[in-house]
Amino acid sequence: MKLPIQLISGIILTSIFIAAVALSFVWTPHDVTILTIADKLQAPSEKYWLGTDHFGRDMLSMLMVGARTSIAVAIVAVGIGIGVGVPLGLMAAANRGSLLDEVIMRGNDLIFAFPSLVIAILITAVFGPSALNAILAIGIFNIPVFARVTRGAALSVWTLDYILAARTCGKRALRISVEHILPNIANLLIVQGTIQFSLGILAEAGLSYVGLGAQPPTPSWGRMLADAQTYIYNDPRLAFLPGIAIVMMVLGLNLMGDGLRDLLDPRIRRER
Amino acid sequence: MIRFAASRLLSLTLSLIMASVVVFAVVEVIPGDPAAYMLGLNADPDAVNALRDELGLNGTLWSRYFGWVSGMLAGDFGQSYTYRVPVSELIAQRLWVSLPLTFLSLLISTLIAFPVGLIAAARRGKPSDYAIMGVTQLGIAVPNFWFAMLLVLVFAVNLQWFNAGGFAGWENGLFAGLKSLFLPAIALALPQASILARVMRSSLLETLTQDYIRTARAKGLTRAQALRRHALRNALIPVLTIIGLQFSFLIAGAVIIENVFYLPGLGRLIFQGITQRDLVVVESVVMLLVFSVILITFLVDLAYAAVDPRLRSGR
Repeated sequence: MKLPIQLISGIILTSIFIAAVALSFVWTPHDVTILTIADKLQAPSEKYWLGTDHFGRDMLSMLMVGARTSIAVAIVAVGIGIGVGVPLGLMAAANRGSLLDEVIMRGNDLIFAFPSLVIAILITAVFGPSALNAILAIGIFNIPVFARVTRGAALSVWTLDYILAARTCGKRALRISVEHILPNIANLLIVQGTIQFSLGILAEAGLSYVGLGAQPPTPSWGRMLADAQTYIYNDPRLAFLPGIAIVMMVLGLNLMGDGLRDLLDPRIRRER
Repeated sequence: MIRFAASRLLSLTLSLIMASVVVFAVVEVIPGDPAAYMLGLNADPDAVNALRDELGLNGTLWSRYFGWVSGMLAGDFGQSYTYRVPVSELIAQRLWVSLPLTFLSLLISTLIAFPVGLIAAARRGKPSDYAIMGVTQLGIAVPNFWFAMLLVLVFAVNLQWFNAGGFAGWENGLFAGLKSLFLPAIALALPQASILARVMRSSLLETLTQDYIRTARAKGLTRAQALRRHALRNALIPVLTIIGLQFSFLIAGAVIIENVFYLPGLGRLIFQGITQRDLVVVESVVMLLVFSVILITFLVDLAYAAVDPRLRSGR
């Protein structure tokens, strides 16, 4: 099977960031916790490949460590969405039309109706800004997304013959959901997971930009942009670099998501 | 239609009740004593007690909740603790920035997305289609506040066509006001326009595979004619859905963009409320934003049912 070009470019882009994060745990060009004020706002050089920020910290090292924050927040937020949303969606589909189904779906509609960023701001404002609260705030809004996708896909699987066969064998709804439904809708969940992952990165950047995400001294791309705003007249480079990092990471994930969907959805593949 | 509207109205009311309970719980119940929170760690106990009285915190949870909701229904959002004016007055002032900003960006986003999506669909598989798909893919990945900073850098710092921030005020004329909102509206609109253009394209392509389009083509219409006369109107339904959804994103996005451009809108009011620990302001403005999003969703639902009778029967 021929791999779509966007899937390949998406995987390459995403791998670069994941590799940079992995590398940052063992090695960064410079230590981001040490401020070298004498070297502040330096242009890219042999010593500092991407230059330094207003505290004399190496920009490349800051971007590498900052990627950790973005990726960690987004991954855990997607994990919350999958961990809670998928079981809810499976339950709703298994008990289609029941009160439980109705309650789960109305609850989803309710969370869906909230402007997520506004509520994320509210949560982080009341409970104090931190990466953990940012994760919770973003994660809660992933729950209805996964519940909906899971329920929709599971409902169509429930009508298939092999499910009927499993039921005649005496398997119960829980076992059918886990053994037969889940593996058959995993494709869709992976695609949705990629999309939510990229949205999570954007949301985390937004929250840290307004000061409600990870707190200093933990570097994060959003915070770097907020700091850069003061220096945008003198040194726009500080604003370019983290922004480009966010765009590339999100672009990579989106391309990967689109590519995976094309690859996994036979209906679209035929059209191509 | 009336039955459909009534059932939607019921679910609208339920959503609003639930939303108010959630906002009330997050702001007033979970943090413990709101008065102590607002005054900070080293507050004088007498001052905390005085504030508790002022905020009516000594009543039961139920009476506080009902007091808050009935006040809002009557247009009374409470008294801001830091500004010492009614919150409704603050909201009324700020609304004149946030509302035009949201509508301007919705307008810009739609004006860009429609022709772009149409061109991409009409030239499917040609270089212009690929170019549009590439640019919109990039547009979705750009965080709007970063795009806002780039706009400031190019059009305010370098070209000096616009101010880098602040709001000129409507009293200085419509043009001055719109000029201060232009860059923020563009920044908000770009990612939304990219999404909308892609939805427009795929919706048109989906419609073009329908039988009635083949019939139209068989009658001798060219692809472009069939697209214009038959596909466009039918393709608009999913596009309208997305426009409705985008309203919620724009409201949330405006909260951040207003901070980039120092615009005195509702978003900035929320942040000022947060930094000054003015919970009365935060609670009311958040509730107002949630209310407007839920209301818009309701209106969009009704609009569909009016346009497409198929949607009225069940969900």
